[in-house]
Amino acid sequence: MKIVVLVKQVPDTWGARRLNLDTGWLDRGGSEAVIDEIDERALEAALAYQDSNDAEVVALTMGPDSAKDMLRKSLAMGADSAVHILDSRLAGADLAWTARVIAAALTKLGYDLVIAGNESTDGRGGVLPALVAEHLGVPLASYLDSVAITADSIAGERSTELGTMSVRAPLPAVISVTERTAEARFPNFKGILRAKKKPVTVWSLDDLGADAAASPVRSVVLATSERPARSAGTQIVDDGTAGVELAEFLAARHLI
Amino acid sequence: MSNVLVLIETAPDGSVGASAAMLLGAASRLGTPVAVLAAAPGSAAALAESLGSLGAERVYLAETDSVSSLLLTPQVAALAAAFTALEPSAILVANSIDGREAGARLAVRVGAGLLVDAVDVRAEADRIVASHSVFGGSYTVESTVEGGPVVITVRQGAMDGRAEAKVAVVESITLDIDATGSTVIESMRPLPAASDRPDLRGAATVVSGGRGLQSKEKFVLVEQLADALGAAVGASRAAVDAGYVPQTSQVGQTGVTVSPQLYIALGISGAIQHRAGMQTAKTIVAINTDADAPIFEIADFGIVGDVFTVVPQLIDAIGKRSGTS
Repeated sequence: MKIVVLVKQVPDTWGARRLNLDTGWLDRGGSEAVIDEIDERALEAALAYQDSNDAEVVALTMGPDSAKDMLRKSLAMGADSAVHILDSRLAGADLAWTARVIAAALTKLGYDLVIAGNESTDGRGGVLPALVAEHLGVPLASYLDSVAITADSIAGERSTELGTMSVRAPLPAVISVTERTAEARFPNFKGILRAKKKPVTVWSLDDLGADAAASPVRSVVLATSERPARSAGTQIVDDGTAGVELAEFLAARHLI
Repeated sequence: MSNVLVLIETAPDGSVGASAAMLLGAASRLGTPVAVLAAAPGSAAALAESLGSLGAERVYLAETDSVSSLLLTPQVAALAAAFTALEPSAILVANSIDGREAGARLAVRVGAGLLVDAVDVRAEADRIVASHSVFGGSYTVESTVEGGPVVITVRQGAMDGRAEAKVAVVESITLDIDATGSTVIESMRPLPAASDRPDLRGAATVVSGGRGLQSKEKFVLVEQLADALGAAVGASRAAVDAGYVPQTSQVGQTGVTVSPQLYIALGISGAIQHRAGMQTAKTIVAINTDADAPIFEIADFGIVGDVFTVVPQLIDAIGKRSGTS
């Protein structure tokens, strides 16, 4: 079984995240870049299967040069190899193009199962797994709270706003996992040492051929503006009447 | 005017989903609203009237037996058939889990562009512009699609405008679905019937509780204040992880993003991930025992105190006011 895990470098949610106001692109210098937490869970789902089954786990990313650090962490956690799609022409690529490039890379790489996080913490689109699955023409089982992998199928629980369903798909397939799935393992010392010897393949757009070319239909950012930061208002310490004072505050603003 | 398709999500009982009114309202600003839905044969004819009352001028009803057994494949096929028949300029879907996935798959299938999580849409000259609220509302980004039609996922509860009621013209087709290559739904457990409280998304007032509520039993205090205010109930991730409330109530980075008139945070420290889900609220009130809790940095009115003494007093004061007014 060959499992490819899609991983993404994102700005750490524990810091202030910034956009470049000229391009609307992420300001990558603005905050610490880390592997997205949800992708660590996606990797964990693959590694948990590999723990007791014969499986090859590949971490795949598209991103700038700095994304190699995050791939190294994926390898230290237990992935066997990594693929880095790196091409300056892809800077600012929209979701549609990103999906085409990743689908082309998956086709070149070969896969039985593709595992992604349900949505990244920066873009929060939650659509990339669906776009990739549709390009590949394979089943999509997304937003899984639990994952059961067998030799020829995947199954899991999928929660939406309407309820929880049990779903199953034959392999090959694309799945995405939520933060309800198992927490990721930490890389241990042995893993970190071994990661240094594991292969990281770098592919440019030219390596991926015509399928990875940009679509003539594309998204364009027209304007980006920053919202003024909020500031603190009144703060009181309860002296036994805070509830009444709050009611007065709300009434003065016509909120009750 | 060009057609604008709207994917209608239906509840497990077959009724029209909560997002339909907003999406049809948004579509009416861009063109002629066409409601598209996939349904079991004979089950949805009665929905046409309610979709018309929400502003649909046409209803494109795609019937298939597989609607409850195949995951979103029928909805994507319904949209694709409507796309071919009606040549829309835009396709609107909810930014729900199902909506965004059906929208994304459609965009690839028909070669349309994709804009996600819009909080507003408008027609401008010969293009459609979407607004997005990024990084928890820290930035506003406007975008458009060049070169073809656009699929837009619209954040639930983000747009207030509603379309005028119409008498919808219904067109029915029978979908022939190829089940190979689709994920199968083996069973479905609907969420328990919704309470009388407003939906978290789009609620004018939200009362949220955090770890400071101490237990599932004591979390009822949040619900009591919510009911006194006619508010929706939210929670921090800490409260969800502690099992006080289901995950559907989670406000924040990995939960629901809300933008109410009034947000009251009870026993919530205000980690940056929580703030990302509520900091665009018009007025923020926080009650917490820790004077250094980061939630106070963005609160219009902060009380350093015990929620178990302050909130009952507040509920009492609200009751007295509504009794006298």
